[in-house]
Parts: sequence; structure tokens; C-alpha cells
Amino acid sequence: MLELRNLTFEVPTPEGGTKRIIDELSLTIPDDRFTVITGPNGGGKSTLAKLIMGVEKPTSGQIIFNGHDITDQSITERAQAGIGYGFQQPARFKGMKVKKLLDIAAGKKLPMLACNEYLAKVGLCSASYLTREVDKSLSGGEVKRIEIATILARDPALAIYDEPEAGIDLWSFDRLTETFRDIHEARDGRSIVIISHQERIIQLADEIVLLRDGKVQATGTPAEMLPTLGFVAKGIPGCQLSTPTELHLTEIPTTC
Amino acid sequence: MAVDLSPIDENLLAEIANIHGMPNGAFNIRRDGQLVERHSSANIEISTKTDNPGIDITIKPGTKGETVFIPVIVTQAGLKDVVYNSFYIGEDCDITIVAGCGIHNDSHAASEHDGIHSFFCGKNSRVRYVEKHYGEGEGTGERILNPVTNVEMEEGSSCEMELIQLRGVSSTVRDTNAVLHEDAKLVLTEKLLTHDDQTATSNMKIELVGKGSSVQVISRSVAQDNSVQIFNPLVIGEAECRGHVQCDAIIMGKAKVTAIPGIEAASEDAVLVHEAAIGKIAGDQIVKLMTLGLTEEEAEEEILEDFLG
Repeated sequence: MLELRNLTFEVPTPEGGTKRIIDELSLTIPDDRFTVITGPNGGGKSTLAKLIMGVEKPTSGQIIFNGHDITDQSITERAQAGIGYGFQQPARFKGMKVKKLLDIAAGKKLPMLACNEYLAKVGLCSASYLTREVDKSLSGGEVKRIEIATILARDPALAIYDEPEAGIDLWSFDRLTETFRDIHEARDGRSIVIISHQERIIQLADEIVLLRDGKVQATGTPAEMLPTLGFVAKGIPGCQLSTPTELHLTEIPTTC
Repeated sequence: MAVDLSPIDENLLAEIANIHGMPNGAFNIRRDGQLVERHSSANIEISTKTDNPGIDITIKPGTKGETVFIPVIVTQAGLKDVVYNSFYIGEDCDITIVAGCGIHNDSHAASEHDGIHSFFCGKNSRVRYVEKHYGEGEGTGERILNPVTNVEMEEGSSCEMELIQLRGVSSTVRDTNAVLHEDAKLVLTEKLLTHDDQTATSNMKIELVGKGSSVQVISRSVAQDNSVQIFNPLVIGEAECRGHVQCDAIIMGKAKVTAIPGIEAASEDAVLVHEAAIGKIAGDQIVKLMTLGLTEEEAEEEILEDFLG
């Protein structure tokens, strides 16, 4: 279980003052829960994820993970305690192969079959990608999907995905949604936190957290929250582009 | 075999040529300026030069799938060893050459090895050349390696050269020169890691004189502590040709790296590109690996290992 207690994060402004990005925020994310954090740009969503992972340090407040105060712990310590983080804009590594990155994520040498599975879950064919370098020769969408695969390989107790849909094409997004649904349905005690604006991901949530101006403005189930978020309700005829594509890539062969 | 190799010798040979004991096929092992053991094969003849210290390696036309090992080790302090090795590679060959020099110096006197290697690649031959330099030892004596590599590539030949120097060499000045004739293709990869007060200079001059010739120069280097590196490649295009020079350097501590990639075109059909980048390890790379459970030091080590891998 993750508890955020009165978390505040401020940054200095050019004028010499401070700007509050996260404002006295308190939130509890129980185990075995699928939480989607949504809200307008600049509302503090990514900052909140970084504070949980330890990439940023809070100005004040506490972060409690499974009963331990991790507020002052390093990124490494939090990772080892079971927190994982999929970056919105993933790093690229010259010379590092996809296979190596997955091995590091898993903390062991992965059998090929496992690699195939993780990559297939993000819509990538492992035969074409495992020996490729995670450098600028990969497109933004490819790097993003590999980033998500590293979190799948790591399999943390609490996985935070920062806008996993950003930069991913519609076809792969379809596959990705399936993957999140599968993880959710597995119900193995692990928690997922996804920062997202996508209705189809939001619909998967047990709980939706609406973040605005660094504060939790509202929380609730999709049934309670969706009507207030301004999405077009499903089933109403409208622009076809707003509905999911029919091009399902869920059956990507893993031995291609 | 009546060859006496000490554990230090064996370790150096394993480091630079990945050989354990005596290799199979053609080889020539030189230690402290003297021949230790030599073996020619049916297709590869190794003979002592008559004009200069060194050897001639003559590879019969059509030789395929063979590997030649010519490692040099220096374990004697105060020694300056200069050697000239020439490779005459016949037409239609497909071979691998493994060279390299390892210096073990525990004393206060300098040890130096200057290897001057000349390659003559026959028509349509494929050559893979790996040269690894390595230094070790507790002494303050300098470990100096100044290799010169000259390559003449005939029509349709291709050559992949990998020049590696990772740790332990106090001072190096590397000179690499190549002339490429019609449709010849050269891929030159240089990997360098310097630390402490080491210095390394790499000069290259690649002349693309034949139509359809191409070169790709890839330099990856890491400069740590107070070390200084200068990378100075020049690609000259005198015909319809393609050249690409890419220098990437990671700088750490108080090190200094100078990259001066040069391209010179003397034909309107020459397509030459160079790119160079020097910078510290990107923070987002370290943070990503830390989120996967590595410590900052482990992350840094991993990034460098892959960068030079």
C-alpha cells in the first residue's frame, strides 16, 4: 500500500519566489488496485509519479510504502522495495541491446521465451528487436513500447506508468490496452498506477484520481467519474476516429 | 611444446587476443622483442623480414575461413620494441587477423611497443582485423603504445578493422592511413578508454580514390579522471564515394577530449558526412537504470560497458 501524506513540492521561480507544483496532497493507493491519475496538463501528474519513484524529492510531506517511510530513500532503494516507473520520455542507450535492458529490468538473464512474451505484450516482434540497440535508430513509439516492456519484465509490486499511450500508434495502443486489462484481471496483489488521458485506459480503472493544480480534486470509480470528465459516452455515433480501431494486433506471433 | 609462458604472459595473451596457450592455425607470438613461437599454415606463410625487425604474413589467394594470430607482449621494463608487420592478402580471401599488444610493467622505467602494420588487401578479399591494446602492472613506469596502421585496398575488397584500447596504456599516438580503390569498403571502429593521467591521440587519413569506395569511421571513447584524448580523423573523397565519420565521446571527471573530424571532397560525386559529440553520461540514462534497481555506480558502469561494448 502506498500512502502520500501532505505531500508538497515546490520549485523556484525566475523571480526568486517559489511555485507549488504539488500542494499538500494526501492519497492512498491500496494493494491490488488499478488507479488512473488524470487531469489537465500542468496539474502535477508526472511530478507526483516522480516523487513516488524518488526522481524528485518533496519539499515537505511523507511517502509511506508498505508501512515504511521511504521519503528519504534513493531511487535504487525504492526500486528494490518494489516500485517501478515507466517514463513518459524514455532514455536511449548507445550500445545497449533491448535484450540487455530487459535482463537488467528483470534482475536476471531472461530466457528468450520470456523476452518474446514481454515484447509481444507491447506489440513488438522480439526477433526484430532483441538484438537492436536502444538508441536513436528506434522510433519514439518503439522506445516507448520497450520502456513499457521493461516494467513488465521487472514486475514490481507497484508499477507507475507515465502516459504510456503517448507516442504510440493506434494499433499498438489497442494491444497495450489489452495488456493493461490482462494485468488488471490477473489480480495478483500488485498495484498499477497509470497517468493517462485516454478514455479506454480510464475505463479499466478501479479508481480514478483527478489531479488539478497539484491537488486531488476528485476521486471515484469510472461510473462516477467518467460523466464529469467530459468524454463522449461509448456507443453514441460520432467521429469514427474517436472509437478504437478494428485493426487488432493482439495475436502477434512471437516466433516471427 | 618447449615454449615457456609465464602466468603473466598467459594473462596478457588472453586479454589481447583471447587465446589460451598456443592457438591453432597460423600464429606468431612475440615477447620482449623476441620471437616466442611461430606457426605457418598451408595457406598462410609467416616469415621474418630481412630489412627491418618484423614479419611478412602472406596469405594465398582464395584462402577462406582462416584466422591468423600475431600478438605481442612486453613484460620487460625499459624496453622499446619497434616492429614492422606486413600482410599480403591475396585475391578472393576471407580471413580474420587478430593482433594486439599487452604490456605488463611493474617497474619505474617505461616500456614501449610501436607496431607498424601494413595491409595489402587483394581484389575482392574480405578481411576482419581486431587489434586490442592493454596495459597492466603496479609500477609508475609508463606503458606506451604507438601503433601505425597502413591499409591499401584493391578493387572490391572489404575490411572491417576494430582497434581497441581499454585501460592501462599511459600514452598512445595512433596513426591509421588507408587508400581505397574502386568499390573497396572499409569500416573502421575505434574504442578507447583512458583514465588517470593517460593521453591518447588518434590520427586517421582515409583516401577514397576509387569510384564506389566507401568508409565508415566509428569512434567511441571514454575519458576519465585527468586523461586527455585527441581524435583527428580525415576522410578525403577523390571520386564518386561515400564517407561517414562518427565520433562519440563520454567525458568524466577532469578529462579533456578534442574531436576534430575532417572531411575533404575533391569530386562533386563524393558524399562525405561527419558528426561528433562529446558529453557526460546522460542523467536520464542513470536514473532509468536506478529505477530498475541498480545503484548510481552500477548504472554508470553498465552504461560505459555498453557504450564501448
